[in-house]
Amino acid sequence: MEKVAVSEGTTPRRRVVEFLLGGGVLASIVSFVYPVLRYLIPPRVADLGGDEVVASKVGDLKPNGSKIFRFGNRPALLLMTAAGEYRALSAVCTHLSCTVQYRKDLEHIWCACHNGHYDLNGRNISGPPPRPLEQFQVHVRGDEIVVARKREV
Amino acid sequence: MDTLRNNALWRAMFLFVALLLRVSIARGQAANTCLDCHGALDPPLQVTEQQFANDIHSQKGLTCASCHGGDPTRADMDAMSKTAGFRGKISRKDIPGLCGGCHSDGAFMRKYNPSLRTDQLSQYKTSVHGTLFAKGDTKVAVCVDCHGVHDLRPARDTQSKVNPLNVAQTCSRCHSNAEYMRTYGIPTDQFAKYGTSVHHEAMTARGDLSAPTCTTCHGNHGAAPPGVGTVQNVCSTCHVFQAEMYEKSSHKDAFKAAGLPGCVVCHSNHGVTQPTDAKLGTGPEGVCMQCHSPGDVCDQARAKMLVELSQLDQAIKNANQVLAVAESSGMEVSEARLGQDQARDSLVKARVTIHSFETKLVEQDIQAGLATVAKNLQAGKDALRERNYRRIGLGVAVLAILIVLLGLHLYIRQIEANAK
Amino acid sequence: MTFLSRARLWFDERFDWAGLVGPLKKKAVPVHKLSYWYFLGGITLFLFMIQVFTGILLLLYYRPGANEAFESVQYIMTRVQFGWLIRSIHSWAANLMILTAFLHMFSVVFLRAYRKPRELTWLSGMLLLFLAMGFGFSGYLLPWNTLAFFATKVGTEITGQVPVIGHSLMVFLRGGEDVTGATLTRFFGFHVAVLPGLTILMVLVHLALVQYFGMSVPPGVEARWKAARGEVREMKFFPNFFLRELMAWYIALGVLGALAAILPWELGTKADPFAPAPAGIRPEWYFMFMFQTLKEIPAKVWRLDGEVIGILLFGVAGLLWTLLPFFDQVGQGRGRRFIMGVAIFAVSYMFAMTIYGYVAK
Repeated sequence: MEKVAVSEGTTPRRRVVEFLLGGGVLASIVSFVYPVLRYLIPPRVADLGGDEVVASKVGDLKPNGSKIFRFGNRPALLLMTAAGEYRALSAVCTHLSCTVQYRKDLEHIWCACHNGHYDLNGRNISGPPPRPLEQFQVHVRGDEIVVARKREV
Repeated sequence: MDTLRNNALWRAMFLFVALLLRVSIARGQAANTCLDCHGALDPPLQVTEQQFANDIHSQKGLTCASCHGGDPTRADMDAMSKTAGFRGKISRKDIPGLCGGCHSDGAFMRKYNPSLRTDQLSQYKTSVHGTLFAKGDTKVAVCVDCHGVHDLRPARDTQSKVNPLNVAQTCSRCHSNAEYMRTYGIPTDQFAKYGTSVHHEAMTARGDLSAPTCTTCHGNHGAAPPGVGTVQNVCSTCHVFQAEMYEKSSHKDAFKAAGLPGCVVCHSNHGVTQPTDAKLGTGPEGVCMQCHSPGDVCDQARAKMLVELSQLDQAIKNANQVLAVAESSGMEVSEARLGQDQARDSLVKARVTIHSFETKLVEQDIQAGLATVAKNLQAGKDALRERNYRRIGLGVAVLAILIVLLGLHLYIRQIEANAK
Repeated sequence: MTFLSRARLWFDERFDWAGLVGPLKKKAVPVHKLSYWYFLGGITLFLFMIQVFTGILLLLYYRPGANEAFESVQYIMTRVQFGWLIRSIHSWAANLMILTAFLHMFSVVFLRAYRKPRELTWLSGMLLLFLAMGFGFSGYLLPWNTLAFFATKVGTEITGQVPVIGHSLMVFLRGGEDVTGATLTRFFGFHVAVLPGLTILMVLVHLALVQYFGMSVPPGVEARWKAARGEVREMKFFPNFFLRELMAWYIALGVLGALAAILPWELGTKADPFAPAPAGIRPEWYFMFMFQTLKEIPAKVWRLDGEVIGILLFGVAGLLWTLLPFFDQVGQGRGRRFIMGVAIFAVSYMFAMTIYGYVAK
């Protein structure tokens, strides 16, 4: 069987086929290669993994101040004690899962739903909550305040 | 022969010692011959060893004689010796005094459990039970009615009659007995009503031991209904925000002047069911119109609050639907879902703010919630737009592929036609 | 001279270009009614190449480890540009590859391509099938979601039931007594290093054998051609069959893209080892027929543990199936017919049990 060179003979039919094939292959390759190239470019928001989150920037919080931020799929609480120390805890109340808040006047954590009180280490000190709040670790990296889950020992 | 007889003697001695040991071990910590007979008797005289072994007093080393007198080391009826101080069955009018004899003695109780309170008897004297008891009524509850007597367990024991999980049941033994309570002129539906309440559900269905039971609001030893003017103090122990708002509201003075029991007016006392927005409505569950007239300022405020709550509720549901569609087509919207939680928090807060009876404050919370919902709805819509964009991209790629397939097909035909 | 012809000359001066390319040019594929089945092997290979490619892309962002695996897959699905496409293609192509591998194997059985001299091709192919299922099992755990976690737990538990070596095998697979982060690390190692290495080796062996022996012709067709004396219809591999294969590959790409865009692979919820198992734990569909069979066997069969009997049964069945070619020549025709009967039974059973597994409560 002879292999007939496609470039020989320029009948319109052949040209259509060439065009279809060449154009189609090019288009299909572009539609494959384009996503892959975009994929290779790292996104702007870095993935720190499920264990860490940038909660705030240095200077955002004042002493005796607090902030609710997202950690995983649940809310968490970052606070600065009157002495200037950062603490981070889960903001999910252990009673009925309401979101707790930091009370400046009480200088500890409080749940508005049923008057549960927690100290600054998350320990349940009064009211219905049966368990302490989960504690997280706080690191200051440059001007970012990073909150991380406590590593299992 | 001699050895045989010796063997028999040894065996007899062994058996005797074993029997002695067994009998004294079975006795428990302290020698207690009373249970030998009373364990085998029928009720009401029956007290088995097993029963008494569960009793906290027995576990601390007390015996029958500690309350009933007599001599527990002597066998049979000799134990019930009057000279040894045997009192027989303690009559009801003597029970509080008997229990209080130890339990009010701080120095004595410190030897057993220093953290136990010792004011039970004095509290009891202030209670409805105690005041009626002082007047000679022995039908009222005394110590053993609630705590049990020969298998008395501490409150932390789940089988104790005074464990939070069991308290309501214990109170209802008298308080739901219409026949027994006939002479007192108070309702006997409290337990039935409590069974429908959200507090009962929290305790039984969710196992929340902090949920209120009878003693939480009425006290235990000093049991009495909280006063009509001070009911909200009791509720406010847990429901702080609602109480704060109520205190500052117009209803507080109005209810006080009318002698109405605060929170109980709208929420009832024992049958505290899960409140719904219908409470603000004009239907059978609506509470406002029980006092207010249709068309007056308050009715208008009520209607406005209801409209706003429904608005936010509907907006949340709507956004949830959009997010659900996005999710089921494979888009990732977990951040927006978390935002929906915050929106729901706003709705809960708005429902608490109702207790201020100020539409302006309710509106603030509603608006905050609506803003959050709007963001989440937008996120959902963006997700759907991204999904459509993907499908268009797919269409383009599929088109390119179809063109290639057509081209290949024709090319194959071409070269094979030429080859022939 | 054009650049291409200059390049060709450069090669010719160093390598025997004609000698290398010649046999490929001469390679031919028999043409008959059942020729379409010849595509399946190539499609399986193509899907494997897709898996390697998308797998490497996923490796750029995936993090193994119980703390991070789920979140990294979530990151790929939501933040990485076209990450959703790469990940969904990888998941779908995995399933399609195993499907085509099974179809390829059964087509070989029914067309009797395993017979002499192609026994070793069959053996290498069966090994590849087992490797593919190993890929599926190890890869399934990597997103570390609830379904995968419990499916792995059940799957390794069943492995532990094998007599004598079962427990050690289970501990080896799990990296411990239970399914933990250590299991994830281990499965990751299997999935990206051990299995790819073994598979590529086996693929090369398999392809070399296929190339050496050429394409098998079904016995019926062969007989007819012999009778017609010299009427052997075939087409050249390059370019004719190859172009057709290219069409098949393009179709496969289109199908994959459509699946990824319209039915994206779900993320699930992050695995929580302490939560109770959700209802309806199931393995992936290619294990379903075995799983359902084990469920149907009563707990005790004549004082022996039902599950162990089931496992042994499948083990023996798998072994015998792998040694299929050696039974072909037994008893002059009886062996062949027996194999056909067993094959029909096997396909029907696997098909029915798989469907039953999904329909049964």
